[in-house]
Amino acid sequence: MMNWEIRVLMTVLFVVLAPFLGGLLDGIDRVITARMQGRKGPGILQPFYDLFKLMNKQLLAVNRIQILMLLSYLVFVILTGMLFFGGFDLLLCFFSLSTAAMFVILASTSTHSPYNSIGSERELMQMMAYEPAVLLTAVGFYLSTGTFKVYEIFNTSVPAIVKAPGFFIGFIFILTIKFRKSPFDISTSHHAHQEIVKGVTTEMAGLDYAMYNLAEWYENIFLYGVVGLFFACSNPWSMLWAFIAIVCVAFLMTLIDNVSARVRWELMLKLTWAITLLSAGVNLLILEFVR
Amino acid sequence: MELLVTLLIGVPFAIAAVLAIVKNDWLRGKIVYLGGLLIAILAVVTAAMWYTGKETVTFNLPGTEALSWIVLAGDFFLMFLVIWLSIKHHKTIICVLSIVQTLMVAWVELMGPDVSESAHMRIDWLAFMMILIIGVIGVLIGIYAVGYMRGYHVHHKEFQDRRNFFFAIIFVFYGAMFGLVTSMNILWLDFFWETTSVCSFLLIGYTKTEEAVDNSFRALWMNLLGGLGIAIAIVYAAVTYHTVNLYDIVANGVAVAGGADKAALIPIAMLAFAALTKSAQMPFSQWLLGAMVAPTPSSALLHSATMVKAGVYMLLRIAIAMNGNFVGQMVYIIGGFTFFVTSLMAIAQNDAKKVLAYSTISNLGLITACAGVGMEETIWAAVFLIIFHAVSKSMLFQCVGAIENTTGSRDIEDMQGLVLRYPKLGLILMIGIAGMFLAPFGMLVSKWAALRAFVDAPSTFLVVCIVFGSATTMFYWTKWLAKILGVGIGGREDITQNNEYGSMFLHAAMIILLCLSFPLVSNFFVEPLVTDMFGYAVSVIDAGSVMIMVIMVLGVFIVPLVSYLLTRNVPEKEVLAYMGGANAGDNIHFIDAFGEEKDLKVSNWYLRFTFGARKLFMPSVIFTTVIIVLFISLIVGGALR
Repeated sequence: MMNWEIRVLMTVLFVVLAPFLGGLLDGIDRVITARMQGRKGPGILQPFYDLFKLMNKQLLAVNRIQILMLLSYLVFVILTGMLFFGGFDLLLCFFSLSTAAMFVILASTSTHSPYNSIGSERELMQMMAYEPAVLLTAVGFYLSTGTFKVYEIFNTSVPAIVKAPGFFIGFIFILTIKFRKSPFDISTSHHAHQEIVKGVTTEMAGLDYAMYNLAEWYENIFLYGVVGLFFACSNPWSMLWAFIAIVCVAFLMTLIDNVSARVRWELMLKLTWAITLLSAGVNLLILEFVR
Repeated sequence: MELLVTLLIGVPFAIAAVLAIVKNDWLRGKIVYLGGLLIAILAVVTAAMWYTGKETVTFNLPGTEALSWIVLAGDFFLMFLVIWLSIKHHKTIICVLSIVQTLMVAWVELMGPDVSESAHMRIDWLAFMMILIIGVIGVLIGIYAVGYMRGYHVHHKEFQDRRNFFFAIIFVFYGAMFGLVTSMNILWLDFFWETTSVCSFLLIGYTKTEEAVDNSFRALWMNLLGGLGIAIAIVYAAVTYHTVNLYDIVANGVAVAGGADKAALIPIAMLAFAALTKSAQMPFSQWLLGAMVAPTPSSALLHSATMVKAGVYMLLRIAIAMNGNFVGQMVYIIGGFTFFVTSLMAIAQNDAKKVLAYSTISNLGLITACAGVGMEETIWAAVFLIIFHAVSKSMLFQCVGAIENTTGSRDIEDMQGLVLRYPKLGLILMIGIAGMFLAPFGMLVSKWAALRAFVDAPSTFLVVCIVFGSATTMFYWTKWLAKILGVGIGGREDITQNNEYGSMFLHAAMIILLCLSFPLVSNFFVEPLVTDMFGYAVSVIDAGSVMIMVIMVLGVFIVPLVSYLLTRNVPEKEVLAYMGGANAGDNIHFIDAFGEEKDLKVSNWYLRFTFGARKLFMPSVIFTTVIIVLFISLIVGGALR
């Protein structure tokens, strides 16, 4: 059903549409957040206005290397998404994503700025916290569908969620870290009340910050894609379920962001690893056992 | 082939004898270069000769009878050496280990049961790989050592200059390693095994400081304990099966799965135990960490091409006999656990050599786990891990050694902005670090394969170990990489010598070449090796994904380069970093609360109280000791039942 023409089409669609969808999701998130807090909030298109404004601002740079690292980050995130929507190996996508995440760290530390520095160490801690769950997610797909290939997962008759609910919970849990949502927005936050200024993004201005935002939108769409993949199968109606799941997860993220306070990294690490072991780990044990 | 292998083992010993008496520095340098070149050529020619046939060959060296006597005499020589040194340093208890095992082996040789005749030597794919690694990587380390040791004795006037001894031992090491990987007769293998144990002991004690002596004796007793394992395996096999052929022992072990007597697992377990000590797995990791007191080339040698690789070589040899039994479970639990816990401990280290040491143990843990599972895919991954690890780690040690000689420090915190301060050293370090963990370099591909293999094994324990271990591995490498890529502050002149750079650049070239030719290495070497072991091959990672990986290798270099070209002319305004208004005119100073200018230092997290060795080491040692005791009891008990 999913031959190479569709794979190419999906890849192109991702590259072209992901920024719009990502920005739109960001805008909706802001509106819902505002409503939850009893504010009116900005228009849905506000993230795009912000992006254009950032692009037209003068570039203030502490270190020339930073922009190079950020562009590399953007390229690797786009590559990750292309590999995913092109239907390639899921582990490969996640490795590519880790490489991208490393470029954020390098962009941040290249400035030798104190707030960036502490932000990068926290970012590293976040990576260490979510990485096991991310890799286990790929394992979960493999065990429930028999393949790591995204297009083959897509073509199975039973969606992965049936056999891998534990992996799904583990993945959703670490999404709060990946989306930089409270309570785990410790390395940098979308809100203006971060105790370390802006953490890893402190020294990003103008075009730098615009590229960073754009990369985040791409990354978010890829991550929502993985959420959807848990529900997708050869039955066309599964796409509806995938869509509903993505909407629910997006709303859940916004909700958690608004009802929780930022935690210390120790708690984040313990919680994340514990949840990963308890949900994905136990699911893994069961699937290995019944195989 | 007989002649070549005789030369391969004999020549290093002969050169070692010459080096031991040469005191002239210039002459020694020339001998090391020429001798190293000769050994490398011999190794490559032997490997190439073998590769033309690609058939496992078994043969005897000319004068095997006499050589057996020499080996026995050598055993006793090592025993007396250990006795003498341990009495001299008031550690007499250690020599008991040596006496017991030497007498056991001598008994088998002189008065033991009749053993079936078989050839003494054998070369197959695995030996082919090891010969190349020892011959190329090992020799490059020797060449690097010439320049390094000159600088070392300029800096460290307090230590006695025993370089003739140092280089002699390094060449003995080559010879012993060549012997070890080509021996089929386990009595010979045991002799070479003991030789490497004693050599590493002598290298670690090179500086003769109290710490060095203590650490060297720790290395000695742990490795002798492993040697005792081999001795038990020898006696058991000779008495029960009338064989001293390693491959007969393995074949007997394999037969257990088909319903044969379970006692055949006992020698396999003993050999596995010996291999665990040699490759510094928990609870025997401490000796390799203590080995850091020796000059850097010996660390590089112990960590990459020799010593610890002897351990994993042994594990791969017996891997097919470990698949799906208690021995395999013991080995993979120890390996997987070591992989994870030592990568956690590496986070708390700011001494570059210590980080490398923990990382070595960690990676060896992964190889050990792969061998313990003993399936086609895990062997595939293990072989790749051995190759990539040997090259990367050898280069990283050499690089850290050169940095220490140049800057006077091997603290990672002192490497701030190394790429700008010492571009050549920085570049090499960057390639080395990237090679160790980054997508899409070799180590990561191997980890990828290992993860898939563990899922298929199926082993939940190992899957959990590898995913958590990968996360922690990423932490300590990334923070190091970030450190060297930052803003650089001043620096002394780079005093790294040409021979050091020569060796390091060759390593760097090898790493990049290996990454790019990854599919070829898999096709023409690793898959035949696996086929040879199991009778059929598997493709662990499909061709499409491999091609994407190769493209990504290029991408990691090209993307930043293109990014640089694209952003080079973007107009920008130079500004200071944000410091809440406490800036002092640049990014490396700030104004403190008293209005004075202070140096701004940003530091990585080391989290000693959370991940430090002091907190984690003892519990890990206890856990792994319990595992080993438990499983060996199960194996012996299962055999007796």
